[in-house]
Amino acid sequence: MAKARVLIRPKEGILDPQGKAVERALPALGFEGVEHVRVGRMVELEAEDPERLSELCEKLLANPLIEDYEIQTL
Amino acid sequence: MIWGVLQFPGSCDERDALHACSLLGEARMIWHEERDLGSADAVVVPGGFSYGDYLRAGAIARFSPAMEAVAEFAAAGGPVLGICNGFQVLCEAGLLPGALLRNEDLRFVCRQVELIGSGEERLSIPAKHGEGRYWAPEEMLDELEAGGQVAYRYAPGHNPNGSARDIAGVRNESGNVLGLMPHPEHAVDPLTGSTDGLKVFEALAGARV
Repeated sequence: MAKARVLIRPKEGILDPQGKAVERALPALGFEGVEHVRVGRMVELEAEDPERLSELCEKLLANPLIEDYEIQTL
Repeated sequence: MIWGVLQFPGSCDERDALHACSLLGEARMIWHEERDLGSADAVVVPGGFSYGDYLRAGAIARFSPAMEAVAEFAAAGGPVLGICNGFQVLCEAGLLPGALLRNEDLRFVCRQVELIGSGEERLSIPAKHGEGRYWAPEEMLDELEAGGQVAYRYAPGHNPNGSARDIAGVRNESGNVLGLMPHPEHAVDPLTGSTDGLKVFEALAGARV
């Protein structure tokens, strides 16, 4: 089994209100100078056939219309 | 006319949808594991949180046996109405264009909204959702508008979630699949303030192609 990690993010140009909310909360906690926060998700998995991971991402893990994904085999 | 209402684990508006359909004909519930829609003449994919909305709203539900049957039913011209989570499921399944994103201000909205349908028809029905911001690429939005696929818009000042071009509901190219975020099934009795929701079901009933 091959271990892999899939990173999924909102596509560039799509408003990410979660990222904005995090960004706005930071100065109140004393973290100045942080910008362009984007919140996505990460999926860890083990696959028998890593060749099929991108198909799996296209069909289920990501919605290619609104999200980009990146597969990292570990 | 026989209406089939899908029920997923995590659906929560299927009873109201069933009630709304029963005002217009015979209404039957269809469990998500059913591969057979019976003799339904129209199908409603109801609101709620199908399969816990895990991963993305609607992402898992689209792979259910019942949704496979709905995809075939829609391809054969059968009328399909997706409400709220049902709209998200239909978009995830590729039966409707675009996607529903988290509300612009991150707040769950729950209030009555005014919608404008085709022909400037105005409807007052409730909206309740956290991920209802309709989004599609600009060129796709242009095509939807040009092709008459924007079924409902929020009236000026009523867009509760930052939806692109105030879009509340869209239909597919052939017109037999309709999805909208607000809840027509909650507005079918004067007791709850409006019966405008019935107009959405009636419009769909005539949408077989």
